[in-house]
Amino acid sequence: MSDVVILAEGLGKKYLIGHQIESASYHTLRDVIGSTVGSFVRSARDMIRGRQLIAGDQIEEFWALRDVNFEIGRGEIFGLIGRNGAGKSTLLKILARITEPSAGRVAIKGRVASLLEVGTGFHGELSGRENVYLNGAILGMSRAEITRKFDAIVAFAEVEKFIDTPVKRYSSGMYVRLAFAVAAHLEPEILVVDEVLAVGDIEFQKKCLGKMQDVAGQGRTVLFVSHNMAAVAALTQAAIVLDAGRIALIGPTEEAMKTYRALADASAGPENRRSWGHGRHTCIRGVRLLNDDGMPTGQYIAGKPFKVEIEVETDGSRGVSCELLIADQSTRTRIALASLHNFGGSMLPSAPGVYRLLMSFSPFHLAAGRYVIDLGTSIVHQSWDHCVEAAISFEVPFSNPAGLPWNFRHSAEMGAVALPFARPTVIESIPDGMAAAAVYTEKVVPCSLA
Amino acid sequence: MVPIQDLSQAQRGAGVAERVIVLEPGRAERNYWRDLWHYRELFLILAWRDVAVRYKQTVIGVAWALIRPFLTMVVFTIVFGRLANLPSEGQAPYPVMVFAGLMPWFLFASVLGDASASVVGNAHLISKVYFPRLVIPTATAVVALVDFGINFIVLALIMAWYGFLPGWQVVFLPAFVLLAILASFGPALWITALNVKYRDFRFLVPFIVQFGLYVSPVGFSSSVVPEEWRLLYSLNPMVGVIDGFRWCLLGGQSSLYWPGFLISLGIVVLFLWIGIRNFRATERTFADML
Repeated sequence: MSDVVILAEGLGKKYLIGHQIESASYHTLRDVIGSTVGSFVRSARDMIRGRQLIAGDQIEEFWALRDVNFEIGRGEIFGLIGRNGAGKSTLLKILARITEPSAGRVAIKGRVASLLEVGTGFHGELSGRENVYLNGAILGMSRAEITRKFDAIVAFAEVEKFIDTPVKRYSSGMYVRLAFAVAAHLEPEILVVDEVLAVGDIEFQKKCLGKMQDVAGQGRTVLFVSHNMAAVAALTQAAIVLDAGRIALIGPTEEAMKTYRALADASAGPENRRSWGHGRHTCIRGVRLLNDDGMPTGQYIAGKPFKVEIEVETDGSRGVSCELLIADQSTRTRIALASLHNFGGSMLPSAPGVYRLLMSFSPFHLAAGRYVIDLGTSIVHQSWDHCVEAAISFEVPFSNPAGLPWNFRHSAEMGAVALPFARPTVIESIPDGMAAAAVYTEKVVPCSLA
Repeated sequence: MVPIQDLSQAQRGAGVAERVIVLEPGRAERNYWRDLWHYRELFLILAWRDVAVRYKQTVIGVAWALIRPFLTMVVFTIVFGRLANLPSEGQAPYPVMVFAGLMPWFLFASVLGDASASVVGNAHLISKVYFPRLVIPTATAVVALVDFGINFIVLALIMAWYGFLPGWQVVFLPAFVLLAILASFGPALWITALNVKYRDFRFLVPFIVQFGLYVSPVGFSSSVVPEEWRLLYSLNPMVGVIDGFRWCLLGGQSSLYWPGFLISLGIVVLFLWIGIRNFRATERTFADML
């Protein structure tokens, strides 16, 4: 690609982090005073030399990004993937000029706008209209440009009616839509998008994805950062995989996703396997919640297939079943059961060894909230063998079977499962129903279901 | 891989209007001042935001801008003019003289206070979007100027009450307003930059403002300072600024002490240089420290 718009050479970013030494000798007042004075002297010295103050007894260098080289051409949609802490945000911050690199350099051709700052600078006391101008100016738009695009922004955000209401009165959905709409109309040469698609309802998310494709169609460059592999696969042709601050791979999206998965598997393997003890015949060694793509996740998207992978060791006893229960994280009230034997009709093999059980359940509409998974092995119809309570926790961020904006939360105490409508409700008038109207005049009983 | 130099040459050759930005450690931004000009609309809109929300959710609103200096003037007139029996400037009524000194002082104090807290207060912006950081502390000056304008009305009313008219010197007032702002920008920018790193300065600013009110000739005329100390006294940049204001507003009742004024002017420029230099040197790391 001859027309390179982002070119990074040996890019690195270093942070200094402090460590607190846990020492047994801190017990007497004298020690405490001694260490306090010590750190005060050090702070004072740092301040005189104009250095940054860092809490802690030991300072360590930490490279959030190291030796990063890549180039991105005009009009390309590039994915940027990596696990949490891989350095994605740091790279974006450097590209957006928020922070400067500690090593290497990067050349950027044209204006960079990043959607990682959705709603930045919104002021609650100001109206939607005023905030569009404020936010637009912060993102680098001129007044004339905003005025020109104002109607399009408001229409995109679907907040026409409330445009002169202070945004502190907005629902969170309206707020985010307005914020995204401003950013989406920025028309920069390079657009950086970071996880914004996690906001809003399904319709709005589709709209956002469409907007991004439009942007790329106009010869602009898009750098798309997401944990949502489906979105990355759908939108990008090539991707950068970051791992521990270094580039693990730059290549076609498919290849990049394989690398990412391999990295995720490697880390979700042995070190994530905790010791929960063991039963008389079996031992539950690990459990992971998987998303639609088979990636380990901490979130269950309501309405998607629910997949759990369990690792069990058995001594080969006959008739061992595995039970899985979902419970509310805070109250520990159990709300769902899955039984390998009773619902699934199968058992653990009767040969000693370690087995991986991949359980896939039909999609269901769990209410939004935080849950834990309790696990147990049992000798069928006799006794429990190895039980692990709250083996893992997961979150359901949003739940509405119809994809409407109202979020069905478990904490609202209206149940844990939404019942999706199979077909539109039939509503018809009953001819002699008029008589019922008289009832309402007598006495209204105050009530609430929540 | 295309070397960076080729990238910028290629675009020069192609005559593309797009700018190539090279980001590397410790690189001074060559286009900084042009960038700052480019972001003038952000400056205006941030200033407008601060003005718009300043008196929201207050009961008496903008009256705060009237009450504070007015009551200070009353107290100073009583304490310095009546109890201490200090002389005014020439024939000027004491309250008029005090108020003419209070106006630049309040301007200075609010720029210093607002600016030094502004960067930390706008951390959510700084950690998410790029723009020349100088925009944030300087935009706070506009709020101070709005309050200053309101004070000006109060001054006009006080002058009308005493039947006192300023002379031709009043045409120079805008220059001294600018001087007052520049005098406050120097220390304000310096402290703003330091405050990001060391929050100790948050406690220092109210102290400077409180202390400065008494060491600057606000409640009294600088002519009460003995002749042999006046040069030394002028090391306080606000001495020059306040004297300038009185010279403008008190219509020939006050004379400018030139050697002292020039020293104050020099200090203002020196502080401004230190302030901008320090601010520029640290602004690139603001996002890491907030």
